[in-house]
Amino acid sequence: MSRRIPWGALVLLAAFFVPAMGSRYYTFLANDVVIWALFATSLNLLVGYTGLVSFGHAAYFGVGAYTTGILMKKVGLPFLVAFPAAGVAAAAFALLFGYFCVRLTKIYFAMLTLAFAQIVWAICFKWNEVTGGEQGMPEIPYPDFGWVERVGTVLPWVGVYRTSEYFYFLTLVLVGACFWLLRRIVGSPFGRMLTTIRENPERAEFIGVNVRRYELAAFVLAGTFAGLAGGLFGIFNRGVFPDFAYWSKSAEVLIMTLLGGMGAFFGPAVGALALLWLNQQIVSYTEYWPLILGVILVILLFVFPGGIAGATAAAWRRLGRRARGA
Amino acid sequence: MLEVRDLRKSFDGFQAVAGVSVSVPEGGISAIIGPNGAGKTTLFNLITGHLHPDSGQVLFKGREVTGIPPHDLCRLGMGRSFQRTNIFPRLSVFENIQAAFLSHRGRGWNLFTPVERLYREETEALLAAVGLLDKAGEVSGFLSHGNQKQLELGLALALEPEILLLDEPTAGMSAAETRETIQLIERIARERHLTLLFTEHDMEVVFSIAQRITVLHQGQVIAEGPPDEVRRHPEVRRVYLGEAR
Repeated sequence: MSRRIPWGALVLLAAFFVPAMGSRYYTFLANDVVIWALFATSLNLLVGYTGLVSFGHAAYFGVGAYTTGILMKKVGLPFLVAFPAAGVAAAAFALLFGYFCVRLTKIYFAMLTLAFAQIVWAICFKWNEVTGGEQGMPEIPYPDFGWVERVGTVLPWVGVYRTSEYFYFLTLVLVGACFWLLRRIVGSPFGRMLTTIRENPERAEFIGVNVRRYELAAFVLAGTFAGLAGGLFGIFNRGVFPDFAYWSKSAEVLIMTLLGGMGAFFGPAVGALALLWLNQQIVSYTEYWPLILGVILVILLFVFPGGIAGATAAAWRRLGRRARGA
Repeated sequence: MLEVRDLRKSFDGFQAVAGVSVSVPEGGISAIIGPNGAGKTTLFNLITGHLHPDSGQVLFKGREVTGIPPHDLCRLGMGRSFQRTNIFPRLSVFENIQAAFLSHRGRGWNLFTPVERLYREETEALLAAVGLLDKAGEVSGFLSHGNQKQLELGLALALEPEILLLDEPTAGMSAAETRETIQLIERIARERHLTLLFTEHDMEVVFSIAQRITVLHQGQVIAEGPPDEVRRHPEVRRVYLGEAR
């Protein structure tokens, strides 16, 4: 048996060299992509693995962002506490909302997730004392990288980067760890139970799967990782704003997941890269980005229902067959 | 083993099951027959917790199980297969059966062990028993209808049930496939000391293997007993066998 190439690890390794290319813009874009990749992959735990379509996944992203933001800016806690807190807070919200959502199916499930997300958005928008209301909360501090500077006085190659670049490295490490965890989860017996629910919930009940309880667990896990992504994004964005939890954010992350391909583990990450890169490219040429996005989506749904990952896998198989046939 | 007492269920005023009582003794093979729309599948769905009865009771191993959810019934030792094939179509044959083992043996909440390593031998042994070992790697949704029915039987067996409820196990099969499937079911039931309860439209199948037959008509039991007795029953001849001849 041939060992598969660890593409994920290789890409992560390569990503560490982006700042060395010397362009702040590329580092910025890469950081954006990495965080959204985690957000989209967390959603895929629901959409691609459990067969639950959530229209309100941004709620947990927003909760995570506000948690980390408030704890670091207003309470003055270190990142080491504020970051895990984002996951915990998002998990708590996902548990509360999910408890009701998994009682419904299909479109009703989707609408309820949307409703809860709009509630979160409304709270963020109105609760001025805590969330900063409509104005949001600018100037979230970066984590303290003073220790890196001190290490840099001893070791070469360490102290030469900007704070935003240190944060990028930190993001890579944390998102890498989250990806590793998610990968373990979808490859575990628990992950297999989720796919039986996606395939046939009725039959899943009859092999002894407590469908609702598993769906709730998947919902909480997906919310947790979305919250962690949100925690990172608030710092990266230098501020937390109510639109983090708005429905358009939920739609965006859903589009990434579909664009990349929900049938593959790394599909949503590819989708995040593709969508953000395309956005950057196209916005510099034309103001009609939404129009182009719409066209992309139509083509995607009709021609490549498996997304970029699905289309690539199909092309790969065809190439393989041709090579063997020749 | 299984006892159904005066079970009733109506949908929008239509009495699908109108006061049915059936008793299934341990270790035997029992069948429920009846024309289309007699309420067989509804009765099955009521027994297996898929539907809630309006009234009546289901007792399994002397314990009341009326209306408890299917995943709990599985744990108590009740397995079922479905009339319309009901599998996990995009998973491989192997993964289908393995999932049933994982779930039944309570490993589903393990979030960290790679799933590939678990229950390989058990899964392969069961695939061999239902005659699907050579198709283990295939995507189950692409199997032939007969093979999918075998797989469904495998899914039910992975739960190590004491009683197996089969809803038309040979529906849509050719005569040859039907014969093979029936032999397979009979052999497995014997080897594993299973109690069987099945519904069937094929009279030959029913009278060849069932030890007890219950005849349903318009949601009610019109006859019950050993095959010979049921065959001679005047009411049965009129509503059912008469129709078939």
